[in-house]
Amino acid sequence: MSTKPSFVYVIYIASTAEKVFEALTDADMSERYWVGNRLQSDWKVGSPFALKLKRQGNDITGKVLEVDPPRRLAYTFHSHHDGLEHEGPSRVTFEIEPQKDQVKVTITHDELVPGGRVLEHISRGWPLVLSSLKSYLESGRVLRAPWYEEADAA
Amino acid sequence: MTGAAQFRPNTVYITYIASTPEKVWQALTDPAFTRRYFGGFAIDVEPRQGGAFRLLYPDGRVHMSGRVVEWSPPNRFSCTWLVEGMPDFRDLPECLVTYDIEQAGGAVKLTMTEAHSWNVPDDILAGGRQGWPAILSSLKSVLETGQALDIKMEPPRQMMEAVKRAVAEKPWAKRA
Repeated sequence: MSTKPSFVYVIYIASTAEKVFEALTDADMSERYWVGNRLQSDWKVGSPFALKLKRQGNDITGKVLEVDPPRRLAYTFHSHHDGLEHEGPSRVTFEIEPQKDQVKVTITHDELVPGGRVLEHISRGWPLVLSSLKSYLESGRVLRAPWYEEADAA
Repeated sequence: MTGAAQFRPNTVYITYIASTPEKVWQALTDPAFTRRYFGGFAIDVEPRQGGAFRLLYPDGRVHMSGRVVEWSPPNRFSCTWLVEGMPDFRDLPECLVTYDIEQAGGAVKLTMTEAHSWNVPDDILAGGRQGWPAILSSLKSVLETGQALDIKMEPPRQMMEAVKRAVAEKPWAKRA
């Protein structure tokens, strides 16, 4: 068993597994709920993955590990901004379970550096991104974080 | 009166809601709201520090009881929790549940912290770790869309066994 830390977050969304899977892989949808950040991949196993960041210009990069629509998606995740590059790639896995009138979405972000700053960044980031994704799918609204506003003003 | 210092945080759940701190406060403290997203339970709380806190089943029986540790609308609501309505659970030490509400850009950041005074096994923590995302996802939906989520919730099986074990062994009574 790995001793590297992992981050797990669960959110329930009144939507279908297909719509959630689409939102997790579609560039235009990601730009809405990820507020300017944009997913880029052809979503074939082994293909490059990127999250084009609006502000830093240093994209998050990786490789597609698993694509099993509409249940499962995994990619490696390597940050290059704010001096995070040396921590190397970690791994993001989404599991999507349909329930009665909603889906349960579980994100597991693991293979992280113990005590590292990527862990700190993603622990802050995923609750916001997935809260925004839920709002986007349920009501068409998106949520902005205060740290986005600070970056825009800078 | 229970102080907050003896409790250490075990489970934290954060969600962002398109709402105002006042509305989030109301959703957490108004029985008409909690009944909708919190498994049918109605909150019954005396709105002051030291006041009584209860969560009631639809038929009025007590599910949870406790004391208000902090009542600071619309930013912080903290109270002790004791599960009264289930066998064995009522013999566990109470825990401390704190909601922090902050304006965060155009949204509200809600942070729930479940803290315990003893070394709680993961199998018992699993109950909250399974329940909070469902409860707070539903709260967010109620505030943003007016529609609650109908999520089936029951304590995990290994939790029931771990509670029985803890109640028999009372590890909290053995001070190091």
